Amino acid sequence: MKRRTLLAAVAAAATLTGASAWAEAEVTAGFIYIGTPGDGGWTYEHDQSRRKMEAHFDGKVKTIFQENVPESADAERAITQMAIAGADIIFTTSFGYMDPTLAVAEKFPNVKFEHATGYKRSDNVSTYSARFYEGRAVQGHIAGHMTKTNKIGYIASFPIPEVIRGINSAYIHAKKVNPDVEFSVVWAYTWFDPAKEADAARALIENGADVILQHTDSTAPQAAAKEAGNVITFGQASDMADYAPHPRVSSIIDNWAPYYIARVQAVLDGSWESVDTWDGIDTGMVEIGEITDAVPAEVKESALAMVEAIRTGEYSPFTGPLNKQDGSAWLAEGEVADLGTLAGMSFYVEGITDEIPN
Amino acid sequence: MLRLEKRPEPSRAWVALSPLLAVALTMIVGGALFSMLGANPFEAIRTIFWDPIFSPQFSGFTRPQLLVKAGPLILIAIGLSIGFRAGIWNIGAEGQYIMGAICGAGAGLALYPSESPLIFPLMLLFGALGGWAWAMIPALLKTKLGTNEILVSLMLVYVAETILASAASGFLRNPDGMGFPGSRNFKEWGNVHNGELIANTGLHWGVVAAFIAVIGAYVLFSRHIQGFNIRLTGDAPRAARFSGVNPTRIVLFCLGMSGALAGMAGLFEVAGPAGQITIDFNAGYGFTAIIVAFLGRLNPIGILLAGLLMALTYIGGELAQLMLGVPGAAIQLFQGMLLFFLLATDVFSNYRLRLAKKEVA
Repeated sequence: MKRRTLLAAVAAAATLTGASAWAEAEVTAGFIYIGTPGDGGWTYEHDQSRRKMEAHFDGKVKTIFQENVPESADAERAITQMAIAGADIIFTTSFGYMDPTLAVAEKFPNVKFEHATGYKRSDNVSTYSARFYEGRAVQGHIAGHMTKTNKIGYIASFPIPEVIRGINSAYIHAKKVNPDVEFSVVWAYTWFDPAKEADAARALIENGADVILQHTDSTAPQAAAKEAGNVITFGQASDMADYAPHPRVSSIIDNWAPYYIARVQAVLDGSWESVDTWDGIDTGMVEIGEITDAVPAEVKESALAMVEAIRTGEYSPFTGPLNKQDGSAWLAEGEVADLGTLAGMSFYVEGITDEIPN
Repeated sequence: MLRLEKRPEPSRAWVALSPLLAVALTMIVGGALFSMLGANPFEAIRTIFWDPIFSPQFSGFTRPQLLVKAGPLILIAIGLSIGFRAGIWNIGAEGQYIMGAICGAGAGLALYPSESPLIFPLMLLFGALGGWAWAMIPALLKTKLGTNEILVSLMLVYVAETILASAASGFLRNPDGMGFPGSRNFKEWGNVHNGELIANTGLHWGVVAAFIAVIGAYVLFSRHIQGFNIRLTGDAPRAARFSGVNPTRIVLFCLGMSGALAGMAGLFEVAGPAGQITIDFNAGYGFTAIIVAFLGRLNPIGILLAGLLMALTYIGGELAQLMLGVPGAAIQLFQGMLLFFLLATDVFSNYRLRLAKKEVA
């Protein structure tokens, strides 16, 4: 009901003010969403940040968005229509929009484009992403301490570097505090499918996992864990605080608002340039949601110490000695992984028994 | 009291009228829905049905896009209509569409980076074969073991989706893609790209093929003995058997044709508007085409118009989201209404409404 009234209000505002609102705003910012803001995860956080950004500029910036845009030929059309509708800057918020974003950008050289989680840029296309793996390290640390069965279930979306990095980071830090820990990975091949995600969570729990990590966007795994009772989870992309203090014991929150404000400000100032942004805990793009009392005080303390060390740059989650899954050497003692390797990471670290599907 | 009375023969007037009535009813109820969501219903209906064709701001781009969106819908729906007329229910065109795209794209990518003009025709052949082969699974299971083609073809969609995910992140993955899923982009491969034949018209080979399929289906049903056999099998299976129609061959022909056309649609899409095999490459064309086939009364010309109408609601719906802030789910509801009202008004083709006299006690 809340959501419906909200939508109605938005729609009503758009109708009442009509074209005039478009003329008054100095800049129109468009957003292309892979899901709906109601997913409670990835798109929800992008939409929250869109609202914060719009509020920050107090009428100077108008935002428009389109939800549920598939990563297919439809994406290119949706982005083009948004550019024709008069958007000055367009944020395309999923990896699969990469080639369509570049194709449209070529046709609209005066419109600025911002593509999330991709790697292709041009004069009017920037890329931005967050170092989610920093948050994964904290999750792995807590998970390793908390598991009693030593089995940790991981619901993965697609075998892309971002997801593989997360699995590696969580595994390394779980293993560090609990050498007996084992990871089972389920590849769901979706970012958002509550039914599939719930099935995956239940299957993992039945196989003895008492910690569920997820790299998918819905709260369905949280609900499945709650049902099972003695299982803990972590919020993904969004705080998912509805499931705190148990099963959700902490979370990774994507906070895009500061970035969106900075980029739109740059358009207002005429200083926008194509950049590649990859921010983490240090700038606040990655936030760690409250660690609840379900976690013992000393574990919470050490987890927070890790957050602090990552924030100050004192510690990097991928620090040697680390071997690759096949046993070959990757990082020597004290060596820190370079960003290029991490960006294209397509291998597991030693100890993970799952195989990356292809 | 009102009651329905079966007509001795389907009313021709109602058969022709019911799609128009369904569109009108959809506009009225959809308009009410939009106004409950706070949007001006007239503006919303105008944005959906008028702006994509006539708006000075958008039509330059959206008019060609109507053809791009309608092309695969029409091509698949024509194939489906052949089977539906014979009472053979291929619900898995989505899977055949995916397999056509994978086989066709795979055949082409195996020859990368050759610029030979023969690559595209070769891909088309493999695309058609891929879709055909995928449809042969339910066809053979039906003819040999008597399984239900509805279930088998539908289940194979999910198998195809898994193969698609595997192709995009594995055997068809772009070797220069830094480990990210997705094949090479055909748009960057000169001769092989299925681009616009005439600039800014949206006309690519897939749209041309859709028009050819419409004409082909028209000839099949009005001039060809096979078309007659198909209709006979659908209307009176026993009579068809007595007159020497081989039901096995009809099943193989119908499922094969619809599979091959869906596979071709997939290939045109992957080599053209989509550009690459991605995990989410399939956008539901195979399922939407079922609606298009019925909206067009399984008639080739009807399907052509229905495909264009469906494309219009898609693109108009996107504009309504963009310009009026109407939520995406409301647009899907709007499209669903179209089929619902069509089925509802369809009742009057076979039945008429009668005022029943009060029975005297």
